[in-house]
Amino acid sequence: MFDVVVIGGGHAGTEAAAAAARRGARTALLSFDRHGLGAMSCNPAIGGLGKGHIVREVDAFDGLMGRAADQGAIHYRMLNRSKGTAVQGPRVQADRQRYAAAIQAMLAAQPNLAIVEGEAEALVLDGDHVAGVQLGDGTILPTRAVVLATGTFLGGRLFRGEERHLGGRIGERSATRMAEQLRSLGLPMARMKTGTPPRLNGRTIDWAKLDEQPSDTDPWTMSPMTAARPLPQIACAITRTTEETHAIIAAAFHRSPLFTGAIEANGPRYCPSIEDKIKRFADRNSHQIFLEPEGLDDPLVYPNGLSTSLPTDVQEAMIASMPGLERAVITLPGYAVEYDHIDPRALDGRLALGALTGVFCAGQINGTTGYEEAAGQGLIAGLNAAAYACDLSPVILDRASSYLGVMIDDLVLQGVTEPYRMLTARAEYRLSLRADNAETRLGGIAEAAGCLSPERLAHRRRRQEQQATLRERLGVVRTASDLARAGATIAQDGARRTAYEWLRFDGVTLAHVAPDAGQDCDAAMLAETLEDARYAPYVERQAEEVARLRADEQIVLSSKLDYAAIPGLSQEMIDRLSMARPATLAAASRIRGITPAALSAVLLYARKVAA
Amino acid sequence: MADTIFAVSSGQPPAAIAVIRVSGPAAFGTAERLGGRLPEPRRASLRTLKDGAGAVLDSALILCFPGPATATGEDLVELHCHGGRAVVAAVENALAEQPGVRRAEPGEFTRRALLNGRIDLAEAEGLADLLEAQTERQRRAAIHAVEGRVSQAVRGWMDQLAALSAMIEAMLDFAEEDDVPLDGAAVTRIKSEMHALAIAMLEVVERPPVDRLHDGIRVVLAGPPNSGKSTLLNLLVEREAAIVSPIAGTTRDRIEASVLRGGVAYILTDTAGLAEDTADVIEAIGVTRAQEAILQADILVWMADTPPPRADAIWLHSRADLPGREELPEGRRLAVRRDDDASVAGVWGVIAETAAALLPREDAIGFKRHQQEQCRRAAHALLAAPGADILLMAEELRVARQALAEVLGVSATETMLDALFGRFCLGK
Repeated sequence: MFDVVVIGGGHAGTEAAAAAARRGARTALLSFDRHGLGAMSCNPAIGGLGKGHIVREVDAFDGLMGRAADQGAIHYRMLNRSKGTAVQGPRVQADRQRYAAAIQAMLAAQPNLAIVEGEAEALVLDGDHVAGVQLGDGTILPTRAVVLATGTFLGGRLFRGEERHLGGRIGERSATRMAEQLRSLGLPMARMKTGTPPRLNGRTIDWAKLDEQPSDTDPWTMSPMTAARPLPQIACAITRTTEETHAIIAAAFHRSPLFTGAIEANGPRYCPSIEDKIKRFADRNSHQIFLEPEGLDDPLVYPNGLSTSLPTDVQEAMIASMPGLERAVITLPGYAVEYDHIDPRALDGRLALGALTGVFCAGQINGTTGYEEAAGQGLIAGLNAAAYACDLSPVILDRASSYLGVMIDDLVLQGVTEPYRMLTARAEYRLSLRADNAETRLGGIAEAAGCLSPERLAHRRRRQEQQATLRERLGVVRTASDLARAGATIAQDGARRTAYEWLRFDGVTLAHVAPDAGQDCDAAMLAETLEDARYAPYVERQAEEVARLRADEQIVLSSKLDYAAIPGLSQEMIDRLSMARPATLAAASRIRGITPAALSAVLLYARKVAA
Repeated sequence: MADTIFAVSSGQPPAAIAVIRVSGPAAFGTAERLGGRLPEPRRASLRTLKDGAGAVLDSALILCFPGPATATGEDLVELHCHGGRAVVAAVENALAEQPGVRRAEPGEFTRRALLNGRIDLAEAEGLADLLEAQTERQRRAAIHAVEGRVSQAVRGWMDQLAALSAMIEAMLDFAEEDDVPLDGAAVTRIKSEMHALAIAMLEVVERPPVDRLHDGIRVVLAGPPNSGKSTLLNLLVEREAAIVSPIAGTTRDRIEASVLRGGVAYILTDTAGLAEDTADVIEAIGVTRAQEAILQADILVWMADTPPPRADAIWLHSRADLPGREELPEGRRLAVRRDDDASVAGVWGVIAETAAALLPREDAIGFKRHQQEQCRRAAHALLAAPGADILLMAEELRVARQALAEVLGVSATETMLDALFGRFCLGK
């Protein structure tokens, strides 16, 4: 008997299994192949804007992704380095094999976790509860909770020109029977599309012709638990599409399943196929292509920007038309994949299915895209599956706390029309949700959930002490003339402020107000505190908004409310409320098109029903 | 926990008296800042209300009700103001400027009452019907707005906002892409476009609300007995062919006449003379009504030799055809002579001029007060954005987008993303 069975060994599944096990749940991770655990099926990069934030948040819960990324990283780049830290995104390129090896090693070392090879054929149900998972060979794994993290394997179909295959990744199977069962249970399901570019043999690329992009030299890491970067750092290269490339692609539009109608599902706008870019932006005559090495001792190169489902012969011609790639050999042609997902409005803030008790969902099955988005959902689904199975308190994050909270709130309230990707623009509290303060924001919640290792707890204590010391040192009062003497150019209005308050003014630096404050402090901790000071006025303004949000979060709405019976609601409101089943009045207010008067009507009705 | 909210609870102005309710933790502090020392709980007391700059807004009755034994279960203040639109709007604006205080959303007083257990379910049943009607009205209004000129204008602004946001967000989220302009010149241009958009929005938004168009502008003629009010009313009305419906009450009550002039509807009211002391009960009632009419007036035409009760009144020198009254005394706008058509036309001229300031322009857009408020919020956010930090520009653009999104009932984020991906070729 297991507490939690996780189906799928990608970024969502591995993170879910590890999280459930960290909370003490007896956990099984079920996958076709144990050597495929932690595979990066698309680009060899982890992090970026919004995404890097999520990696740090997962890491604050002692998740796997940040530490594994450091173990595999062969190229570090802090995006938006010249802008405010709120929009700086840490990104690494990871050696594909070393990344997967790091994940597999962490899973092997995780107590309470068993890895089971096999195909999950069906959920075993007891009424509206899940009771187990049936494998392809007929074995049944009895369990209290299940996390579905099936990625693109649920009803997966691959497209390349005129070719069609069944599967979630090229050369692998697809979870057809599970897809059929979920549809037969009446869950709201739809299709999404994604794609991947051809892989090139790096030995056949003329690197000397191309511009290099070197790795960052300063030694930051994805996880603060990584003492130092273990691997040597290598450069990427940049090439461009040419007018010839565009002509080759345009001439083959009629052979792309995207345009022939073969693929009906929506793909992500922010990750378009090259043929889509060329069709939609016909006025552009060149696009940048990043050539990213897939590993230190692996010759494979990932041409970032060339996702395509054109036939192999067109892919070959198109590659040969780009500088440096004239003789490049395609090792594995690109393809598109169409797969089943669940309308995430069927889930609640724990990522639990409302209709099937004990079933949690994470990753592409919820209509998202991206490793980081998947890992984040895996973490939350795993923590909550363990909570459900072992009677612990759930972990529900709100929009003010984290990108994880923003993502889950967006998914379960608004649903998806294209694969959901995190963007910093989605976070209304962006100024306070920074990649560098994830531990400060979430450490307390993670500690309360009991999912931190002794090493992480010790690290957290050290941070808390340093933070307190720093804030105390910055409490020292300085006058405008003190600052002038220290060399700051500010108005001489005789004002007295604490060092912390002075730091919000343009042109005032730590050297002007408290030059020694940073002594014996971690550089990252110091940078975080300075950034807090700089944006404090904006964060304070948002704090009012947050307080109101959290007050309305206290008003709970039953998941069984009959919205159609509420007088005065329009049909559109009824549909949206019924699909999303908001857990609180605050959640209801965030659903698009719900007016204040409608909220009052909902509240009145809810009170009446409860009485 | 909760913030403090206010709303007019006595129906829409104009009315003789408008009751503004303020509920929440900051209610008492706010009332004190506007009206000075507070009266004892549940006792009405007359106070002069002043705004933050010390300008007198109105003299009003203040009542304080300490929570939780109040209608909302929170500290509650009632301000009984004079019911003219301008007065009510001024008091509302002064309230909205107080920290932690904002205009209530529709139904919010009821919601707080419910949450704090101040309404039982039987009462709530009754309220549900009311709310249903309100919701339905709001929905219909929303549909109208979507088809109407308001939404056309707001949609236009939203498109511009979305385009500006898209540029900034592209710089933030997709700085690595070669399709995104990154230079300082682009940032400066966005900043100046934000400013221009805010100014354009404010210019439209600050026009008065549209409802006067429907009711007609209330012009009240007032002054002591025998000051020539009825004569002027007759002159004003008789010279217009388009009399819609003269309604006469008793001679001692007020007389109203609707007139359409230059495409604008007016309701002209002649009042009983404001005799100081009268023993006649009926005349006393007439005087009370006259005083109400003075407060309700959009435009007050004041005919007495003593200064008008409202600073915005049109003060006329009447009966200038009588001997000894030929000179125009100081403070009077115009002299009126019964025998001079031109002087009557002059009165119409001043009335029309005052009305033009009250009325939306002919091409104007019919904003509801709530929509006006959101648009104003958006414009102020745009003006507040600092110049160089694009992260803070993005933050103010977000606040502005959110405000307009509430008028249009769309998602602020999705609208921006549509502009972002429509405009830039992004993603790998």
